[in-house]
Amino acid sequence: MTLMKKSAAELQQLLHNREVSVKELTEDSLQQIAKLDGKVQAFLAVTEKEALSQAESLDNEPMENRGPLFGLPIGIKDNIITKGITTTCASKMLENFVPVYDATVTNKVKQAGMVSVGKLNMDEFAMGSTTERSAFKTTHNPWNLDRVPGGSSGGSAAAVAAGEVPFALGTDTGGSVRQPAAFCGVVGMKPTYGRVSRYGLVAFASSLDQIGPITRTVEDNALLLNAIAGVDQWDSSSSPKQVPDFRAALTGDIKGLRIAVPKEYLGEGIADDVKESVLEALKVLESLGATWEEVTLPHSKYASPVYYTIATSEASSNLARFDGIRYGYHPEGAKNLEEIYLRSRSEGFGTEVKKRILYGTYALSADHHEDLYVKAMKVRTLIAQDFANLFEKYDVVIGPTSATTAYEIGGVAQNQLTLYANDVLTVSVNLAGVPAISVPCGISNGLPVGLQIIGNHFDEPLVYKVAHAYEQATDFHKQSPSQGEGNE
Amino acid sequence: MTKFTQDDVKYFANFARIGVSDDEAEVFAELISELVGFGDVLKEVDTDHVEPMTHPLQLFNVLREDVPQDILDREEMLKSVEEHEAGMIKVPNIL
Repeated sequence: MTLMKKSAAELQQLLHNREVSVKELTEDSLQQIAKLDGKVQAFLAVTEKEALSQAESLDNEPMENRGPLFGLPIGIKDNIITKGITTTCASKMLENFVPVYDATVTNKVKQAGMVSVGKLNMDEFAMGSTTERSAFKTTHNPWNLDRVPGGSSGGSAAAVAAGEVPFALGTDTGGSVRQPAAFCGVVGMKPTYGRVSRYGLVAFASSLDQIGPITRTVEDNALLLNAIAGVDQWDSSSSPKQVPDFRAALTGDIKGLRIAVPKEYLGEGIADDVKESVLEALKVLESLGATWEEVTLPHSKYASPVYYTIATSEASSNLARFDGIRYGYHPEGAKNLEEIYLRSRSEGFGTEVKKRILYGTYALSADHHEDLYVKAMKVRTLIAQDFANLFEKYDVVIGPTSATTAYEIGGVAQNQLTLYANDVLTVSVNLAGVPAISVPCGISNGLPVGLQIIGNHFDEPLVYKVAHAYEQATDFHKQSPSQGEGNE
Repeated sequence: MTKFTQDDVKYFANFARIGVSDDEAEVFAELISELVGFGDVLKEVDTDHVEPMTHPLQLFNVLREDVPQDILDREEMLKSVEEHEAGMIKVPNIL
């Protein structure tokens, strides 16, 4: 029986009673990975030696110095840099890249005493929503190995769902924490833009990117956000707002909560089973004392095109740094500087990444800048305004996280426009910069469904409170996928 | 522009310093034409009096004293560099 499906509180109890050591906990995680990852393929690197040596030294720490996450294993998405450990962004461009410093979040999880056991698979440079765009491997959904885990943080969500690690860090530019969390039946939070430092996150779209926790329960999620949130002198876009104790918000009391349910989030293109699960979830929330009303987000139909224009534009600029000279893929036998650039970027990037750089370059070009990029930024203002209007009357906005359950591997991802249209439920949240969580709210044909709870800027405490109250009133979070301990 | 041609692909690929073969240009032309069509819907939105949103939050510049610090070790950083000599990064002749 693995320990990896226990909560942080349960694991702390075992550590404090000396029923288990940090080293044994780390070994358990490594054994789970050895046992399951051949099928799930969530990890790009397993850092067994570093993890065990860190665990041994943590075991010497007196009990009174230990916090709520001390000694617990975590996996880190491979676009978050880790000193001395490869950080590939699942790209040939960074296949052998070993960072010389740690991201702020990497530092913070270390300071909390967490033990990183490795780096997690993703779509190349986080560009995708199935994890099939990884240059190295396809991650499989632990609930059904023929299905994708979602993406781009597919490795993070699959590793937690399979019970390889109890905690993972993902990143969310247009839904990349929430959608894989929904597909894999776990909890994923995209915090308010600026809540978590992006220092050491390999940039995709800087005005949208946020790092977020993926866990089995809402309480564990709140604990991990407690550990990684806060202003950072190395990220000038990190917010100086005080970070509240997110766990303290989990009171279970949501009486009087006013919920807005956008009709666009339950309309055309949303699968019937997903719709039913969300309507059932709203009934549960009503039984806890909340009320809900149907509302409209009039500009939501524009969210995907706005997102793709802005994200690709920012990416074309951010990814200009990969030039094959200072680090990253270096072509053999290039005769001049121009050839180094052209060949390193042609041979180092995959098709999806090149396509997005090309579209972004086009959207930022002198002739099209006003019509495409600036136009998208203006519609972004209207999308953000839609949310601001709702939050004047309502406490949270609720809908599904994804239009369907997990796709078949090799299926829908072949059609870029279907994939992009399916992002409509998540991308508006990044455009507005507000926080949102996905919690399990159903199982349909053996695949999990995710409920998305969106809050106002910096209102993560309320988002967590609602998610926790809902979770405690249901038992979807207690169900386990076929791949994992118990029923293989 | 509604159709993104292979020449367009090569034109913008040159700015982005990405080498593309003729075969790739054909694939990208088709994919990007689809994206251009996907974005056309934004034309119907009236944005005459709307300011572009450049950032999700209102933030202010934070200034600090510019004090040099030893943060990263040069030798460590050079480990990621394929070609270097005497602490400097080598590139092919550019003149």
